Amino acid sequence: MTTAAHHTPIPKVSVLVRVFLTLIVLTFVTTLVSYVDLGEWNIVVALIIAVTKASLVAWIFMGVRYTTSLTKLFVVAGLVWLSILVVLTYTDYTSRNWIYQARPWSHTKAPYFEDKAK
Amino acid sequence: MADTIIPATEDVISPAEEVHLKHHFATTAQQMDADTLGMWTFLITEVLFFGGMFASYAVYRNLYYPAFASTSKFMNVPLGATNTGVLICSSLTMAMAVRSAQLSQRKPLVRYLLLTMFFGAVFLGIKAFEYHEKWVEHLVPGFGFSYEQTQFERNAQILFFLYFAMTGMHAIHMIVGFGLLTYLVVKARKGAFTEHYFAPVEMIGLYWHFVDIVWIFLFPMLYLIGGRT
Repeated sequence: MTTAAHHTPIPKVSVLVRVFLTLIVLTFVTTLVSYVDLGEWNIVVALIIAVTKASLVAWIFMGVRYTTSLTKLFVVAGLVWLSILVVLTYTDYTSRNWIYQARPWSHTKAPYFEDKAK
Repeated sequence: MADTIIPATEDVISPAEEVHLKHHFATTAQQMDADTLGMWTFLITEVLFFGGMFASYAVYRNLYYPAFASTSKFMNVPLGATNTGVLICSSLTMAMAVRSAQLSQRKPLVRYLLLTMFFGAVFLGIKAFEYHEKWVEHLVPGFGFSYEQTQFERNAQILFFLYFAMTGMHAIHMIVGFGLLTYLVVKARKGAFTEHYFAPVEMIGLYWHFVDIVWIFLFPMLYLIGGRT
């Protein structure tokens, strides 16, 4: 079924409700998993569930699936820019001490490196 | 779907649509695609705006992991989880509101918009309660901040600064959304939105869902991943 004016498909109520229930179940799962100690894996599980939930909201509730290819491209481009922001920030922070390691004669350390010892 | 800019010849514009068709668009479908693209462009700037805070959170969490992990037990997980559920409910009612507008159902549209506002208000109420808790426990950075594990006091304060900056910006977005929804309710009651014209409902819906997505990430990052014991 589409609207007269825009040829936009109108989502079925059953689809919206199923997405809603999935989101609620995933919220329960992520909350319960956080009480189990998985070590490093806690954050991995939490982020996988968060990405799944966000994708569901974007794809169905925000109707990305019904939009034009151009809009889809813009959405993906937004994620690419976000990854540039995160990856380049991390490139800086992870490599900041390398310059001191590469100069063993220097006893200077980056200020944030000292803080980390605390 | 109009993937092309050139209107198809069978796109006949009815008088009901023409009222809302701006003169620089050929068809209502084209106008709608432009609206959607513009809204998403704005939302991408919002992604990067919140992305900056998420990135600084990630960097500081890596630098001061023990201090950050120790703050987890001061987060009220049941309330955070409840708020996540409340926001998901509001997203469903928003999606239903857009659907009602697309079907020209005036009364359900107003009802769903009001329900969305109700869930938004519940969220903000619970958030205010949590802020009050933090205030009582001296966990507001700068304002008499004190932390029982004194070795973490300095670095834990960074987490609480990020907590208030991120949830605060999110709450401000909720309040803006609240204002936008009020505007929609006023217009919808007058029957402004029909199957021929529902772009404002859909665009504000996109904004509302986006704010929901921000919280979907804030909840695990601030409340859940600290390693509770």
